Amino acid sequence: MKSITIEKRGKLRDFIARRKPIIEDWKHTLYLWKSTKLAMIGTVIIVIFILIAIFAPIIVPYDPISSNMSARLQPPSWDHLFGTDQFGRDIFSRVIVGSRIELWIIFLVSLISGGLGTFLGVVAGYFGKFVDEIIMRITDMFLAFPSLVLAMAFAAALGPSLTNTIIAISVVGWTVFARLARAEAMKIKKQPYIEAIRAVGAGNSRIMFLHVLPMCLSPVLVQLTLRMGTIILTAAGLGFLGLGVRPPLPEWGSMVSDGRSYLVAQWWISTFPGIAIAFVVLGFNFLGDGIRDIMDPRLRR
Amino acid sequence: MRGDLLDVRELKVVFYTYRGIIKALNGVELWMNHEERLGLIGETGCGKSVTSLSIMGLIEQPGEIISGDVYFEGKSMQKMSMEELHDMRGKKISMIFQEPVSALNPVMRIGFQVAESISRAKDIKIKEAYPEVLKMLELVGLDSKRTASLYPHELSGGMAQRAMIAMALSSNPKLLIADEPTSALDVTIQAQIMELLDELVREMGNAVILITHDMGVAAEFCDKIAVMYAGNVVERASTVDIFEEPLHPYTKGLLKAVPKIGQSKELVGITGTVPDLVNPPTGCRFHPRCPYAMNKCSQKMPPLIEAKPGHHVACYLYTQEGEHNAN
Amino acid sequence: MVLVLFGVSVIVFFIVHVIPADPVGALLGGNAPPQLVDQMKHQLGLDKPIWAQFGDYMLGILHGNLGISLKSNRPVTQDIAEYFPATLELAIFSIIISVALGVVLGILSAVYRNSWVDHFSRIFSILGVSMPVFWTGLILLLIFYYILGWLPGTGQLSLFTIPPHRITGMLLLDSILTGNWEAFRDGLAHIILPAAVLGYSATASIARITRASMLDVLRQDFIRTAKAKGLSGRVVIYRHALKNALIPVVTLIGLTFGSLLEGAVLTETIFGWPGLGRYIVNALLVLDYPAIMGGTLFIALMYSLANLIVDLTYAVLDPRMRI
Repeated sequence: MKSITIEKRGKLRDFIARRKPIIEDWKHTLYLWKSTKLAMIGTVIIVIFILIAIFAPIIVPYDPISSNMSARLQPPSWDHLFGTDQFGRDIFSRVIVGSRIELWIIFLVSLISGGLGTFLGVVAGYFGKFVDEIIMRITDMFLAFPSLVLAMAFAAALGPSLTNTIIAISVVGWTVFARLARAEAMKIKKQPYIEAIRAVGAGNSRIMFLHVLPMCLSPVLVQLTLRMGTIILTAAGLGFLGLGVRPPLPEWGSMVSDGRSYLVAQWWISTFPGIAIAFVVLGFNFLGDGIRDIMDPRLRR
Repeated sequence: MRGDLLDVRELKVVFYTYRGIIKALNGVELWMNHEERLGLIGETGCGKSVTSLSIMGLIEQPGEIISGDVYFEGKSMQKMSMEELHDMRGKKISMIFQEPVSALNPVMRIGFQVAESISRAKDIKIKEAYPEVLKMLELVGLDSKRTASLYPHELSGGMAQRAMIAMALSSNPKLLIADEPTSALDVTIQAQIMELLDELVREMGNAVILITHDMGVAAEFCDKIAVMYAGNVVERASTVDIFEEPLHPYTKGLLKAVPKIGQSKELVGITGTVPDLVNPPTGCRFHPRCPYAMNKCSQKMPPLIEAKPGHHVACYLYTQEGEHNAN
Repeated sequence: MVLVLFGVSVIVFFIVHVIPADPVGALLGGNAPPQLVDQMKHQLGLDKPIWAQFGDYMLGILHGNLGISLKSNRPVTQDIAEYFPATLELAIFSIIISVALGVVLGILSAVYRNSWVDHFSRIFSILGVSMPVFWTGLILLLIFYYILGWLPGTGQLSLFTIPPHRITGMLLLDSILTGNWEAFRDGLAHIILPAAVLGYSATASIARITRASMLDVLRQDFIRTAKAKGLSGRVVIYRHALKNALIPVVTLIGLTFGSLLEGAVLTETIFGWPGLGRYIVNALLVLDYPAIMGGTLFIALMYSLANLIVDLTYAVLDPRMRI
């Protein structure tokens, strides 16, 4: 009994010891992050965004979905901060509730495309040769399209809806993560400790998921953050074209499209949702740029 | 004026970095005359390159000259305008660097880069400079027509360094600064390049500052030698004097650590490590490693004084008070 | 590359045929009598087994035949030939704007690093990437056309301007070639806004890469040599640094072309631009299968071509790459 516990404690200490440089690295990253203005501003914006999305039902002043014809096409006022649209719906409320939709899309798309891409990348990098070739060719095929066009094609084929938007964007976005994970996996595969573990008898899947995968997470997470802005823009684009989230759901892109025919006299219908999109994407881009600067090996030392 | 060509007085240079302020030069004193050859010796990081860049006026952010001055031919460089400094560079003072292939612009042909120097030196258009280019390349021992049309990555280290020498000497500068010109080259090529330099400089009458950590090369080439440690010149004398009668404890240590043919004694290193320039030792920066250190050494940096005729050293062992204490 | 294109066509086919959606229903409306539906299906070849349809499709492609558009009843290839030049023209103008703006901003940012110029241009370019293209287009249209009236509205030409005789299909080029100056001026006025909108979003990535590349180059040894030679700051930057720094930027221009193609989709919709982007959007909305497949395939082809050209240009510019 006792000998097993001692053995386990030794393994644990070893486990942590090997992770220590990574932990030190993360501490250093955190320090740099706090001192990079760009990243901090971005983080603030995103935190605001997430908070609004989470507390939306509480802070929203009006019902975003039901129409109220007596109050239609009102310009911005204290009553209706962003004005009302052609159905009398308060745009401010719609924008706030819309943030939930956007957050949901980002979350799911990141999960799916990140997960799928990383998985395929690790498999490709780890097994190499034939498997690698196939997966890489498939990646190339997907990459031959400008991503919006491909997403549009998928969305159109599947039919406009929230779920399909998520699927369409995920399908188009996984390639980046696959490439990244593959590069990392190939590097890690060559490390001596992998050989050691294999010699002790660990199976392939165990090695892949327990040892290779965690090391890939860092660059993948960074890349996910960098892509979140793009995800929103793609979703909004699809919404705008009518290929995405269907009305009356207040997705920001489709809201901009709603206001198109009223652009001249009732400019607020299209303008405010667009500002919301720009604001959030800006936050992600600031954060992403800041992270990119931090990650630049020449600036760290 | 100590030297009629160059006089560096109490030069202090710092670099502002995220780690802190690096006090790279701590009051460097250096001088030389026309046509003299001065060797600047010291370990990596002692400030040799920074000194040479200061002489060229090439210290820029995050570095700054915070005090002291460089007098070139009697004129203060701190007081010179940007145009005057510019004018000096490439014409009166030239420099060659350590890794010749990467010191050349990879997307330009050699001929063009040499022509650039010549056009500046002779104040002619680059196109008109080509005959001169061929002449200079021949002078440094290269096949001129062929080399002129090549790109830097197509040259060997030795050839590239010859090309750099051609560029630097094309204006017949009063002072040539050679920053470790042979450190990146094979030993046999080293000898060739140093011979070439010797010949050309003798012909054209340029003064040379040779920066190197190789004492053998310095001994062969230079008339005078200045030894630097952690941002100061600690000893300056003729080559003969330095090797036969080193005064500063650091110089002594250096010489003991260099193997000599016929020597049967063990190599002796200097105890301790090179100091951190963000938090350097107080007073004389060598005192933590010095076997002769006294109290005074940790208080104030000793001035560079003439202990013997033509032989300067910065050490309290050789000042009045120092001698008194050491005895 | 051939393999990739093959795979691309497979994907396109897969999307359009295997994923559930009913083109016939879209064409005829939900209440069409079954015989009509069947007749339509037969006409479109949709009643054949999937393998046969795929076979037909691939054969068609090999012969340069992309099928007949369900909406316009013309061969898709003809449709593409009609609409693509307008998109090409827009893309070219946008590239010119984005490269000019982006490179300048990038250089300024690098040379005056961390000054207000740097911060301003970084924010300016990040804004370009963050604002949704369709929104920027709408707002600018609102401001410059509806409110200020400085620039004309949607479309390639105003209503009463006579278009030039069609030679290449590119309006401005044809105007010049046929000497139709009124059309040229009008066309130019119409292209400014969409090109600016499209170009602005690409500016940011170009500025960023230029800045990074320039910073990289300025750090290198040969810049120190150039300064030691006494060359003036301006000469050092323009003659020595720029050539080296622009190499990765050129790569980016190729990629930018690709992203411009997708931005074009949205921009053309807003500005009523008669280009390939708008064509595909309309095709998607009515589920015009052949048009969708043909158009998407064509775009993928252009995209791949752009990347290929970039690879070749890289070799030309960097002597170290030539073997």
